[in-house]
Amino acid sequence: MTGVRPLHLAAELAPAPPDGGSRTVAGTVALARLAEDAGLDFLTHDDSFARPGLDALAVLARIAPETRSVGLVPTVTTTHTEPFHVQAAVATLDWVSRGRAGWRIAVSPGAAEARLFGRRPAPPTAALWQEAGETAEVSRRLWDSWEDDAEIRDVATGRFVDRRKLHHVDFEGAAFSVKGPSIVPRPPQGNPVVVVDATRPAARETAARHADVALIRASSPEEAAGLRAELHRAARAHGRDPGLLRVLLTLSADLDAHPGGPAALAGLAADWHGGGAVDGLHFVPAVPGRDLPRFAAEVAGALRARGLFRTAYEGTTLRDRLGLPRPASQYAPKGADA
Amino acid sequence: MTESRPARKQIHLAAHFPGVNSTTVWSDPRSGSQIDFSSFEHLARTAERGLFDFFFLAEGLRLREYGGRIHDLDVVGRPESITVLNALAAVTDRLGLAATVSATFNEPYELARRLASLDHLSGGRAAWNVVTSSDAFTGANFRRGGFLDRADRYTRAAEAVATARELWDSWPAGGERRRFAHAGPHFRIEGEVTVERPPQGHPVVIQAGDSDEGREFAASAADVVFSRHSTPEAGRAFHADVKRRLARYGRRPEDLKIMPGVTYVLGDTEAEARERAALISRQQISPQNALLAAEQVWGRDLSGYDPDGPLPDVDPDPESTLVQGRVRIADPFAVAARWRALSEAKGLSIRETVIEATARHSFVGTPESVAAALEEHVATDAADGFILIPHLTPGGLDDFVDRVVPLLQERGVFRTEYAGTTLRSHLGLPAPVWKGGTP
Ligand SMILES: Cc1cc2nc3c(=O)[nH]c(=O)nc-3n(C[C@H](O)[C@H](O)[C@H](O)COP(=O)(O)O)c2cc1C
Repeated sequence: MTGVRPLHLAAELAPAPPDGGSRTVAGTVALARLAEDAGLDFLTHDDSFARPGLDALAVLARIAPETRSVGLVPTVTTTHTEPFHVQAAVATLDWVSRGRAGWRIAVSPGAAEARLFGRRPAPPTAALWQEAGETAEVSRRLWDSWEDDAEIRDVATGRFVDRRKLHHVDFEGAAFSVKGPSIVPRPPQGNPVVVVDATRPAARETAARHADVALIRASSPEEAAGLRAELHRAARAHGRDPGLLRVLLTLSADLDAHPGGPAALAGLAADWHGGGAVDGLHFVPAVPGRDLPRFAAEVAGALRARGLFRTAYEGTTLRDRLGLPRPASQYAPKGADA
Repeated sequence: MTESRPARKQIHLAAHFPGVNSTTVWSDPRSGSQIDFSSFEHLARTAERGLFDFFFLAEGLRLREYGGRIHDLDVVGRPESITVLNALAAVTDRLGLAATVSATFNEPYELARRLASLDHLSGGRAAWNVVTSSDAFTGANFRRGGFLDRADRYTRAAEAVATARELWDSWPAGGERRRFAHAGPHFRIEGEVTVERPPQGHPVVIQAGDSDEGREFAASAADVVFSRHSTPEAGRAFHADVKRRLARYGRRPEDLKIMPGVTYVLGDTEAEARERAALISRQQISPQNALLAAEQVWGRDLSGYDPDGPLPDVDPDPESTLVQGRVRIADPFAVAARWRALSEAKGLSIRETVIEATARHSFVGTPESVAAALEEHVATDAADGFILIPHLTPGGLDDFVDRVVPLLQERGVFRTEYAGTTLRSHLGLPAPVWKGGTP
């Protein structure tokens, strides 16, 4: 089946902590448009509470009305945040972008971040990722807590919603509980795309269980293939179809200094993808204003010239881009008409 | 220049997105989505076309329930405010962007960062409506759970605002990042802020809440009060009371704008406007909604009653837990007695009584008479401006902007162009003094 499996390309918008102000808004919009013109699947925007710069989800919401097709994937951490707020914000990003939202789940391991909140010390890493998994789980339940057709606007009975299609999620986790349902109706994608950086072993279980896209780092195609197989195995063990887990290689590069430059990078992407090691590339530019335009024009262009990368966007949502189906609500009666 | 007449007091205007409650008419064929971005975009662009000060989003952190079942009669479901406002920043230029965010279910560091981000991404147009509503019902969606009693809610809110301001001050624009350390009864936090001081210095702070504690908090810390007192008498009493409290905090009356939430209905004649208002009231208070409004007062299941029949002849249940997610009516016995008197005097059914007692539109008339009334309110210190609550999403503001705003401009009581780019400048609020961070 090699050659039919689509190649996916993504890029990071904010790899290095920028300044803490707004000087980059217009520049960020311009970069996002450039990535979109090149047909990239999605853009990530890194974040943490200790990282200089604006809130990532805010930046991507600001970009949403100025783009039409590219996926928007902010990092949102789960350690000091309220799961109920996080899922509502991600669902809202999906609404304002008309189905292009993702969410890169991250944790806050440092004592410095814990002191910014003063609620509790940072838990040990294993507990952090366990909690991140619980946050992913409760988020999916909350996104599903409104069935797609819950809003009925039935003038005869005076009912705006059918309350049988709204569900309390009654989630009880180790670190928090949530009653539900969400205040936000089910987002356009049903479930926004969940992305987990599975580079660290501590994050792999959560990635295998909850991610639609796992990001990995590897120095050889064999290593990447091994990681991808491990994630697929673990996903299957959780009862998931591993065919619905995309694995992208995260690659940081300075395209001026990279041996062979964009052409070599395109070759690497083609080889690793063709050999089944990864489903695509997540490019982290050393300097976005310089490297992202080159990545978009030269790397994506070269892959397109070889017939490996899309010439036009398919569908309208990020899920469409990634070839992932729109999930039915877990609360919808089984076998009900879609 | 000593001869010149004093300038007329200028009116401030804001637009409330018609969200969840029975004010919003969803059964009208013109009613659109309350969740699609296009609805927010239309209303915000209309408000900006009308040169409004700001666009306002309310918040509710749990779906309302009656008798343990999710309330299904009014508009339900809304996106998360700050995210919507960041997106609106892309499609508007000058309009202020105000988010209602609970001080009880949020932490100041995260909130200060999100509001600073909105202020940066909008070029200085962010506002935070600080609400405190909290009960165990809402708390069930949050880590912190539980609830705080009223006094603690407001001390937490005041400390949250003070802390946010310390954080906004701790990285001066173009200056050096400084460490901050805050230690108070509710928060002990320290570290370094990661967002430069917002363009407005401090995003605008709005307060909505009417208790003595709420008013005191407004006087000490808010830039704008979203009040519920829209009649001239109640408005003047509230205005006088809150403005009197300002001196205690070294503040001047003009440092705090009082803006009641108001509704309006326009017609080509007074009679037509009144007719339209009656029709809207019937759309707002459906037979089912009328029973529910009565249930809120009686605290009893009234589903067996005929909305077109007489009021229940039992007393309210003082221990009722029927109503959740909405502030319980303070004295249900008094309200029930008033309703009964009204019903008996005029021979009204349950639905007619509810309409008569609750479905009051603040301003009803021709564009000319409404403009005159708005000016009169402001000139007589019943308000400094208004937060308009239209009854239709998303076109509910179109007629106001097209027909009333030009008349206010002719009267010289409303701007004909934005003078500045920030919300603070629209509101005529002083720039906050930089207090510096903790060295
Ligand atoms: C005009 C007005 C609007 C309000 N809007 C909200 C809102 O959107 N969300 C919310 O949680 N509370 C809202 N509140 C509730 C107040 O924040 C406050 O919790 C409540 O009024 C009780 O406080 P109090 O005892 O000081 O009145 C509003 C109150 C008023 C008067």
